[in-house]
Amino acid sequence: MDTNSENKTSFFHRFRKSRLFWPLVALALILIFDAIYAPGFFKIGILDGHLYGNLIDVFNNGAPLILVAIGMTMVIATGGVDLSVGAVIAISAAMGAVLINPAFGNELISNEILTQNVSKTPLPLIVLANLGAGTACGLWNGFLVSRAKIQPMVATLILMVAGRGLAQLITNGQIMTIYYTPYFFFGNGFILGIPVAMYIVAAVLLLAWFLVRKTSIGLFVESVGINDKSTYYSGISEKNVKLLAYTFCGFCAAVAGLILSSYVHSADANNIGSNYELDAILSVVIGGTLMAGGRFSLLASVIGAVVIRTFTITMYTIGVPANALLAAKAVLVLLVILLYSEQSRRLINSLFEGKKERRDA
Amino acid sequence: MHRIKKFLFKNGPLLATILIFFIVYAIGGQLYPAMRKPQVFFNLFINNASLLIISIGMTLVVIMKGIDLSVGAMIALTSVASAALLQQNFPPLLVILMMTLMGILFGLTMGAITHYLKVEAFVVTLMGQFFARGMAYVINRSSITITDDFYKFLALTKIHVPFFENAYVYITSLVAIVLLVVTFIILVFTRFGRTVYAIGNNEQSALLMGLPVARTKLIVYAFSGFCSALAGIVFSISLTSGFGGYALSMEMDAIASVVIGGTALTGGVGNVFGTLFGVLINGIIVTILQFNGTLTSWWTRIGVGILTLIFIGIQSLFYVRKKHT
Repeated sequence: MDTNSENKTSFFHRFRKSRLFWPLVALALILIFDAIYAPGFFKIGILDGHLYGNLIDVFNNGAPLILVAIGMTMVIATGGVDLSVGAVIAISAAMGAVLINPAFGNELISNEILTQNVSKTPLPLIVLANLGAGTACGLWNGFLVSRAKIQPMVATLILMVAGRGLAQLITNGQIMTIYYTPYFFFGNGFILGIPVAMYIVAAVLLLAWFLVRKTSIGLFVESVGINDKSTYYSGISEKNVKLLAYTFCGFCAAVAGLILSSYVHSADANNIGSNYELDAILSVVIGGTLMAGGRFSLLASVIGAVVIRTFTITMYTIGVPANALLAAKAVLVLLVILLYSEQSRRLINSLFEGKKERRDA
Repeated sequence: MHRIKKFLFKNGPLLATILIFFIVYAIGGQLYPAMRKPQVFFNLFINNASLLIISIGMTLVVIMKGIDLSVGAMIALTSVASAALLQQNFPPLLVILMMTLMGILFGLTMGAITHYLKVEAFVVTLMGQFFARGMAYVINRSSITITDDFYKFLALTKIHVPFFENAYVYITSLVAIVLLVVTFIILVFTRFGRTVYAIGNNEQSALLMGLPVARTKLIVYAFSGFCSALAGIVFSISLTSGFGGYALSMEMDAIASVVIGGTALTGGVGNVFGTLFGVLINGIIVTILQFNGTLTSWWTRIGVGILTLIFIGIQSLFYVRKKHT
């Protein structure tokens, strides 16, 4: 009995020390809020053999954000930041939309051709082009940061500014609506009642997890984030580690762009994926990865993204208008910042430690 | 000879910026003869007054190795708030005073959070951006027209430029230029300006030298907040309306202008005079696109992006070499 309780406290202690603790607390707080103010939030139903409900929506709808957050975690762990993810999403989406209906030369595009449920490019090629374009963007960022030695914020800022211009160049400035049904599979499809997007997220997360935890890349990434000079002197190619991180982030954003454009059936170069960079950074910060780089946890960032999505959907559910939500999000950030600031953490930790000591005595 | 070389070396990026501005302008003048009119040049000041104002504030923040991402949203918030207050028949001068105070307080708060809670400026000002944009929409979700006479007077009074026939600017452009000159003097000739550069170069050593780091940092962020509020007033004057969706991602334009103007994002190096030319280059690209008529606006973004890249290249060429020698 005694040992059992001791085990419990030590488990609790370990859990509190774990990186997942604070993100989960945030999630729990939001869910408790839901339970009180929006009881319908937890309803999960089955419609046409598909699961639906707010909680499923958090994952289905939030899949792009989760993906971007995974990529962003890697970049932030190296001590950088990628502001271009929103633009990369737009580029990837634009690639897909254009390849479905490429207008080469002076071919007249009538509405009839545009709205046909056919694609002029085979689907695998479209997906490949989407992912390729995004990965190339990531490679470009990585090149600027690792080889040209430009500060990450600036290097990616360039693509953030120019990227949407490029996306508009690809779509010729139009909002391209997609009518090709097989393309919708990624954003709207279901396998065994669960959204396809969730499988994709799981696959990418697994890939990332394998990369960082089963090979030494994760260790390299953390060591670059803590001190890139000493990493270099320990014989690790710090340049290639950074290159890989940014390329991976570009890849993640490209997958997000694929899902997002498939979900909304269109590619709007100006608006698709807007504010994603902010939400993704927020997710990573909530996940407890320091902006300065170093130790990171992919799972914590995923939970961070889920927190953001849950918060967003909660606000919609209780009727906060989409625009005013921005202010609410700012309050959330403020709370997170306060939670994570050294001072308040020390205070909370000392409270816990104090209690424990008293009990021991 | 040595002194000339030293001067060129020291001011390389700035001179390159000015040179590029004139080259681009000359190309524009060659392509479109109408661009040779002096008014086209002064239009740059009319159209970019608010961008210039926020870029001035941003320059100080960037020299200090910080960043302020909230300026664009702050313009929107100021424009909506002042439009809403004017709708309630508040006296316009009081509104302007309140808005500037709000801007200063906003900047001060963000500066305090960055400095005392040791949170990255990037994250804090991002929060400020969300908050300001959201509050703007909370005040009013649609565009509010300003019908106040004083604002209209400010918006429509032309000031003729001496030595040029028929060339004019508006009062708002003058505000921007006065602010530029004042900031230049403060930055170059006062102890406060020196402290800003010192903090940007190395905050730790600035602190050890006994410089008032905390105070300076707070003042600089408050100044940036002041600039963004002022830019918001200018913005609402020139459009005689307020809307939460104004100045979307304008902070990026400001940062690009600052970088093109030769201020290094690594801190410690920079000049508001260069920022002026950064803004002008931004404006001249837009002007050429307007004169062309067939090219679309997305070329602005690509052009600004490429230019930013080139200037970062120039900067690293100059400053990296300087640090090595």
